[in-house]
Amino acid sequence: MHSTTNIVIAGLGGQGIITASDILAEAAFRAGFDVKKSELHGMSQRGGSVTSDVRFGERVLSPMVPTGQADVLLVLEPSQVEINRPLMRADGVLLTTDVIPPDALKNKKSLNVAMLGALSSVLEIAETHWLAAVHAHLAEKLHRLNDEAFAIGRRASASMPG
Amino acid sequence: MTDSLTESRQLLSGDDAVALAALHAGTTLGVGYPGTPSTEILETFDRLGGRAQWSPNEKTALEVGIGVAFAGARSLVTMKHVGLNVAADPLFTATYTDVDGGLVIVSADDPGMASSQNEQDNRRYARAAGIPMLEPVDSQQAYDFTWLGFELSERWKIPVMLRLTTRVCHSLTPVQPRAPISPKAVNFRRDVPARVMIPAFAKPAHHRLRTKLAEIAAWNEAEGPMETEMGSQALGIISTGISAMHAREAAPEASHFTFGLTYPLPIARIREFAQQFERVLVVEEGDPVLVEELRAAGIPVEGKTERFRFGELDVARVHRIVTGDDSEEPAQPKGKPPELCPGCSHRNVFHALRELDCIVAGDIGCYTLGVLPPFSAMDTCVCMGASITTGLGLRHALPQEQARRVVSVIGDSTFVHSGLTGLAEMAYNPPETGHLVMILDNETTAMTGQQEHPGTGRSLNHERADRMDFEAVGRALGITHVELIDESAKNVDLKACIADCLARNETALMIVRQPCVLAAPKIRLYEKAADQQCAAAPAS
Repeated sequence: MHSTTNIVIAGLGGQGIITASDILAEAAFRAGFDVKKSELHGMSQRGGSVTSDVRFGERVLSPMVPTGQADVLLVLEPSQVEINRPLMRADGVLLTTDVIPPDALKNKKSLNVAMLGALSSVLEIAETHWLAAVHAHLAEKLHRLNDEAFAIGRRASASMPG
Repeated sequence: MTDSLTESRQLLSGDDAVALAALHAGTTLGVGYPGTPSTEILETFDRLGGRAQWSPNEKTALEVGIGVAFAGARSLVTMKHVGLNVAADPLFTATYTDVDGGLVIVSADDPGMASSQNEQDNRRYARAAGIPMLEPVDSQQAYDFTWLGFELSERWKIPVMLRLTTRVCHSLTPVQPRAPISPKAVNFRRDVPARVMIPAFAKPAHHRLRTKLAEIAAWNEAEGPMETEMGSQALGIISTGISAMHAREAAPEASHFTFGLTYPLPIARIREFAQQFERVLVVEEGDPVLVEELRAAGIPVEGKTERFRFGELDVARVHRIVTGDDSEEPAQPKGKPPELCPGCSHRNVFHALRELDCIVAGDIGCYTLGVLPPFSAMDTCVCMGASITTGLGLRHALPQEQARRVVSVIGDSTFVHSGLTGLAEMAYNPPETGHLVMILDNETTAMTGQQEHPGTGRSLNHERADRMDFEAVGRALGITHVELIDESAKNVDLKACIADCLARNETALMIVRQPCVLAAPKIRLYEKAADQQCAAAPAS
């Protein structure tokens, strides 16, 4: 019964980690999975490290990704890669902002959504669920910007070697 | 998150699930004090159309909630675990009184101290105060148990505590809501012996409380929320709250028993479960509350070793508990520590205090970060409001040249919460050298996410409210030197002002004001909206 997909999103306070994990959880929920998402608030809002766990599958128990079991580690800030690496499984996927071509984004604040675009190409969740989730979590005036950011990330990741 | 929370099955945090349930269950008033991880409950309740308000502190919040319940209406009172200490005084007597309307008190515990000064286990409070406690495992149960809490509360006329923990408060899990009901019409019912706790009435009230608890225990045995998942005969695991989820994942082969009304315990049901297994293990986060109670009842259960008393549990740690692995655990990766925001006005204050080599009695809030480099300018931090009174104690006892360097530093929301009486103490029992209290007024409750308080001049929903005037309060309480410093006026020499106050033998209050850099844009919007509303309102 090992059908749970484990994703950890990491970065620093202010980068939109929580929003990104909310969108991922929502997309998986819309795709019909049982979903649990866990995060820590508080002191981390003052520029400190932030991580958020999203787990989905047929039935999810604990909301926290067990150490060494993240199928994907998505990191928005290079300094946070090494400290979170132990969370990944041996054959897990590490997604860093290197996948996004420099200067591709009109607004740097949409980096989190671009990274979700990159993530979307390695998960079995239909694009319509992703876009609906992005729209549900961001202000309407930002929809176009984020749709573009998502598409940039999705294309970039799909064309990644390996 | 969208605002369409009243739709069918949806993904909600535990906090939002409580708010939605409170709305659906016809709660007349939600009241509390912001504290991670409980803060979002009232904010969401307000956003969904519920009536919610921030109180100056948890004691006042609970007392307002008790009044609402005395009136026969449902009330929800929210706070973080340490807030329950502040509310403990009314709590211990509220359980003696008969509440007509449902009263649900939320305690949001923080095992692992993600953002708290201790990791107290508030299951102890249920036992100490004699209040029934419900512990959900996820958002669905947070929703269901909020309803159940009101129902039990009204049936037995007793407050009920809903104990959440960080991972329930802030985890998103699916929730299926039920059909909403409307608040009841209420009418005052006089019942002096049940509500006036003089000794003559309190003595029988204590007996009534124990009778109620016995009845609730019987109900719990018969129809309380509980779940058994049968697996191996070799190992039976008893767990509650989020621990139950970790346990089911860590030991899928074992048999599991989880119950939701965790005080008073369904002892007979637990005994019945425990009898079936060679080995029975209690998996619980925090203190060994359950294991001690079950052993006292003669149920031979195994608990965790002392190392697992500290911090949160997770699947890996529960796996260690199950397998009896008490070896050293791998160190947690150290993340980047938080810091005061760029442009934060508190930075200037801590630089000045550092340069003057002050002994700084600190308090709870963003500014507690003044303890970290590059400032390293805080020497004590105990609980809300303790900066003022601890500073006074230091002044009373230290030799004069050191006493003169002591400064108390407190935030605006914390000052309203627990600083007022400290200031009264300072005026009443001034140390020989006098004392200096600095209110770092950033015009919001910044640490928990920019909530309003009586000093901001806006209510929970950011509409206009009366504003507490800290200068006038200082003068009215009898502080001899009161000064308001506007940090945005660039010509202020903060260091000179502090040095000047320290040189005199008088009680001094400095209010250093500059809006929180994160909150300032929102504050401008709220103020604009409030002004427009005032202008549009007809003159009364």
